[in-house]
Amino acid sequence: MAKFSAKPKDLAKIRYTPPKTEWTETPVEFREHMFCHSAKPKDLETVGFPYGRAWSAKDDDWKLPDNWEQIILQGMKDLLGKYRSFQLFMDICVRCGACADKCHFFIGSGDPKNMPVLRAELLRSVYRGNFTLAGKILRKLAGARDLTVGVLKEWWYYFYQCTECRRCSVFCPYGIDTAEITMMGRELMNMIGLQLGWIGGPVAACYMKGNHLGLEPHTIKSSIEFFLDDIETLTGIKIEPSFNRKGAEILFVTPSGDLFANPGTYTAMGYLMLFHELGLDYTWSTYASEGGNFGFFTSNEMAKRLNSKIYAEAKRLGVKWILGGECGHMWRVLSQYMDTWNGPADFMEVPKSPITGTVFDNAKSMKMVHIAEFTADLIKHNKLKLDKSRNDHLNVTFHDSCNTSRGMGLLEEPRYIINNVCNHFHEMPENTIREKTFCCGSGTGLNASENMELRMRGGFPRANAVKYVHERYGVNLLANVCAIDRATLSASMDYWVPGVGVAGVHELVGNALIMKGEKERTQDMRLEPLPEKEGSENV
Amino acid sequence: MKLSNLLSEKRPAILERWFDVVLETYPADTKNFLQKQNNQFANPVGHTIHQGMESILNGLLSGSDLQEFSTPLDNIIRIRAVQDIAASQAVAFILSLKKLIREELEKSQRMDSFIKELSLLEDKIDTLVLMSFDIYMQCREKIYDLKANETKRLTYRLLQRANLVCEVEEPGPQQND
Ligand code: SF4
Ligand code: SF4
Repeated sequence: MAKFSAKPKDLAKIRYTPPKTEWTETPVEFREHMFCHSAKPKDLETVGFPYGRAWSAKDDDWKLPDNWEQIILQGMKDLLGKYRSFQLFMDICVRCGACADKCHFFIGSGDPKNMPVLRAELLRSVYRGNFTLAGKILRKLAGARDLTVGVLKEWWYYFYQCTECRRCSVFCPYGIDTAEITMMGRELMNMIGLQLGWIGGPVAACYMKGNHLGLEPHTIKSSIEFFLDDIETLTGIKIEPSFNRKGAEILFVTPSGDLFANPGTYTAMGYLMLFHELGLDYTWSTYASEGGNFGFFTSNEMAKRLNSKIYAEAKRLGVKWILGGECGHMWRVLSQYMDTWNGPADFMEVPKSPITGTVFDNAKSMKMVHIAEFTADLIKHNKLKLDKSRNDHLNVTFHDSCNTSRGMGLLEEPRYIINNVCNHFHEMPENTIREKTFCCGSGTGLNASENMELRMRGGFPRANAVKYVHERYGVNLLANVCAIDRATLSASMDYWVPGVGVAGVHELVGNALIMKGEKERTQDMRLEPLPEKEGSENV
Repeated sequence: MKLSNLLSEKRPAILERWFDVVLETYPADTKNFLQKQNNQFANPVGHTIHQGMESILNGLLSGSDLQEFSTPLDNIIRIRAVQDIAASQAVAFILSLKKLIREELEKSQRMDSFIKELSLLEDKIDTLVLMSFDIYMQCREKIYDLKANETKRLTYRLLQRANLVCEVEEPGPQQND
């Protein structure tokens, strides 16, 4: 064995700087906790995605189809022809760098390839090399690259380190949306079977059973019945919601995660209590049993197919309009695509609150209203009796989900609700909320558990802002209107800011809602004892 | 003159050079960002690390108790534990402080008169390294914990339906803890 001969003074000279190779020449290395498992062949087959096979990112040989380059380049050509935005985004970036430091994955990891401009460049370099004259002639000088297995691996690594959150696009002077470039990257990789298990599984389940978990109608029903028992324990009130009821005025659709995953389940209890209290003429559906759409993380066509059940079920049941639960990507898909894909839904009416008479003109064409809009309107018209002090043990801040804020402009309603059901609310710093909100770090199907290290990196900028209000104002609850946030931020808080819980806004509504005939509440929605209310004598 | 007084005068320079040691572990573009972006929310990594290092240095110069170092160390190591670096690298920056301090003393040409104080200070720095390793390990173990807890949360109601959830008493805090 070689003798260790360095003298202390030499040791002090060790440089820790990573090798300074060009980004185009630094290959990716797949480390545990940093990437997701690959999709199961049977899940891909279920929906007709090609080239399902057993493979892992760590393998040298990804068992690619023989003509994979040809498939990708042809696919790229087709997508460039189909989406003008893609063609534009490939051509117009001036590499000004305004987006470079805006991505939570770059900020948290320090990996330059997570700068949005470089992420896009992964695809753009291949575009230049194959679709532009300058690239074909000048090659490297014009920033062009060949499509090699190494490049493909890089695509896979980095397009699954982008949550399509669109924060970078807010800062780009040309409005280049790197999220859309990632979508194209993922769609291309899908053409040769390179998909994530955490996406492929839910997509197949949703296609077969209507929801990501593959729950059958009786399971959905019995899960909701569990909530009803808890609500009865809490309030003494027995609620009897209806399922698949034809002729109901409103169809309610929510992400299935809230039926099973804590803490989302408490939000679902909040919906049930609110609707009961209002005497709303609504129904759950065990078929349109998923508001979310993981198809959106694979291809446009798949997202459209999975989405089609929502209008179809509304038509079958003959409802007048649709109310949707708290979710992020579900709403991006609904408000930006559903109508174009599967509309016009002219068999329904323009949504009108039966309680306040408010007509939701913003949903005139789509016929679907976000529950935060619906509830904020109720509060505005004084239709709810609320006891804010039941949330006094909570000191709340609000996380804007990328999709509801940047994707649909839902900024005020959740805040308005929170301020009406809670006494203690503190905003996080201005450059981390609203349109500039930081992603939870685990959206777009990256909320698998095997990539936890990656998720913690990406989640740090958000968590850092939470930590600030936690330390400064004693914030102990991170509220949000997204099912994925409820799951992923719980892990993020656990790592970065222990002591801060996570809840949906309608859990807080459920706590505060004074229901007719309810018994005195001694517990909160989680059936935990309500602490003595400060300064209140009659409790 | 005491060693701590001498070093206190040099404190800003030492801190910046020390911070530079950490920055050197990142690629050039990242280094630039971590160093130049002053907004603590836009640049949480740079800010947290810099602030943590400042507290550690201040603590060392003012003779703080060891427990005073655990928060700033945790803040830094928690970040480094989920970045693309080896465990040794995640904590190596603490050792480099010894070299920086010695260099300052060499410049002042008064190394000999401080040798005893210096060795005490260096012992303390060594202890900080050991503390950092513990924190690093806790962070890495936490990653596994997060996975397990998440799976439990995600399927809570399913398990409840299948009667698989039982109430487990949380173990109380240990005595003398
Ligand atoms: S901000 Fe826009 S134009 Fe500038 S580098 Fe980023 S994507 Fe390109
Ligand atoms: S869309 Fe979000 S995750 Fe993707 S590059 Fe832009 S900022 Fe990063």
